[in-house]
Amino acid sequence: MSVDAAAVRKIASLARIAVTEAEVDAMTGELNNILGWVEQLGEVDTDGIEPLAAVIPNQLRLRDDVVTDGGIRDDVLANAPQAEHGFYAVPKVIE
Amino acid sequence: MSGLTDLGVAAIRDGFREGDFSAREVAEAFNAAVAAAKPLNAFIVETPEHALAAADAADQERADGSVRPLSGVPLGIKDLFCTAGVQTTAASHMLEGFVPPYESTVTERLFLSGAGMLGKLNLDQFAMGSSNETSAFGDVLSPWRSKTGGNAALTPGGSSGGSSAAVAARIAPGATGTDTGGSIRQPAAFTGISGIKPTYGRCSRWGVVAFASSLDQPGAMARDVRDCAIMLEAMSGFDPKDATSLKLDVPAWENNLSSDLRGLRVGVPKEYRVDGMPAEIDALWERGIAFARDAGAEIVEVSLPHTRYALPTYYIIAPAEASSNLARYDGVRYGLRDLPEGANLQDMYAATRADGFGAEVKRRILIGTYVLSAGFYDAYYTKAQKVRALIARDFERAFETCDVLLTPTAPSAAFALGEKSADPLAMYLNDVFTVPSSLAGLPAMSVPGGVDAGGLPLGLQIIGRPLDEQGVLNAALAIEERAGFTARAEKWW
Repeated sequence: MSVDAAAVRKIASLARIAVTEAEVDAMTGELNNILGWVEQLGEVDTDGIEPLAAVIPNQLRLRDDVVTDGGIRDDVLANAPQAEHGFYAVPKVIE
Repeated sequence: MSGLTDLGVAAIRDGFREGDFSAREVAEAFNAAVAAAKPLNAFIVETPEHALAAADAADQERADGSVRPLSGVPLGIKDLFCTAGVQTTAASHMLEGFVPPYESTVTERLFLSGAGMLGKLNLDQFAMGSSNETSAFGDVLSPWRSKTGGNAALTPGGSSGGSSAAVAARIAPGATGTDTGGSIRQPAAFTGISGIKPTYGRCSRWGVVAFASSLDQPGAMARDVRDCAIMLEAMSGFDPKDATSLKLDVPAWENNLSSDLRGLRVGVPKEYRVDGMPAEIDALWERGIAFARDAGAEIVEVSLPHTRYALPTYYIIAPAEASSNLARYDGVRYGLRDLPEGANLQDMYAATRADGFGAEVKRRILIGTYVLSAGFYDAYYTKAQKVRALIARDFERAFETCDVLLTPTAPSAAFALGEKSADPLAMYLNDVFTVPSSLAGLPAMSVPGGVDAGGLPLGLQIIGRPLDEQGVLNAALAIEERAGFTARAEKWW
């Protein structure tokens, strides 16, 4: 499989990364290079093999349903690019 | 007392306890060394006041008879660990100016053990890179120079290149690192120091800026095996805040160090003899095998048949997880925001991420987005997870006939800055020996084994069974004792 310029623009938009036309051209070549290289995995017979999700077997734990933290609004907002009235502020999202 | 900066973690800890020097003297000596080493660009932020405060506390503890395991020892902290009140950037413009209101579990443990912090160490941006050339804060320079390669500036390896450069240059006795595909072991090998990545889940990932969550694992980098054991003991342990943290006691790795390998079977995987491997690397490997045999080990050849598929597997799984993890950088809650005139929310996300991420980070996010997208998920991501299962099974089978594996750490000595940066694939191939054990979550360590024709360090890697950090440390110690590695970088900075 390989990607063309339109596919790269589509991927970039899915990834929410703005790209220029020059970047699209460069990335098309780079992505195809890398994707061509990983194609070799097609040689491996994986019939009947379960995909590995957790490398070290580990039981997922449940914790007690209690509040362990809180009352730290100012800490939470401390690094916000724009915070107003105790909230994160973003550009208007309604017409 | 400039001689203090020649001491490692154990020597500082012990000398401080014996009263040979005060913790403040140590901190002042290292703070001065850090300040004088700016040409290396190893630190993004220096924190001399943190080191001094910990030192003064240590001196008080000694007077009170209440010293802790790392009292008196100042450390460098990779700038991937969130540190309360101190800027944490992951070497990206995206997080420039970000000051965490919380402490990562690993640094919290180190500081509760008495350690101080010399500063935040430079790295590849979001830990993505093998040469430290992707940092938004400039390349880290290795303190080493090749005797045959002109005076070219060399890479300290990556992503923990600030950590490796700082330890090798004697401006920190030890440093934290993180390893996703070899980011502790390869830089340790390139700079002639030791570095251990423990079993996945030994060290908490809480508060570590995420790259690829099923692979990321903190570890220790220091001048020798004992120092690594001491640091790793302080860093490890169960953390309820990390769902992948293992609920196990931390063994007394330092106390149980032994370089007597009698009865140990050391496996040599035949598939690690890759095409085009320099004769020097092959010779180093043979030396390592001789060292292990001399320490009493039995050498057995083993097979890891899926080795050649590890890198392409890694370069699907790691970018896939990265594309998901890095979705959090949206310009809303923290970090950079780029809001073009008249932009809506979607435009703001796209502009912010275009501005804040470097080229390699974007490349990996795009690869990851592609392999996870509808129509390609099974062909790439599920396929890679299946091959990953086969790679893990290779190791399980090998460990039926051996106890640890011995391999070279990297396929070459440190290369020059700029030498591979134009070709992502050539760069990725540098991790050929470290990635398979990362995919399997195994403990693995690099120790210096010798030097190449240019006098540059070469590393040997020990890979162990899950949770057998002791076996890894002991085999590494046996090699360290026999390699007699005393070379060090001549000071030019």
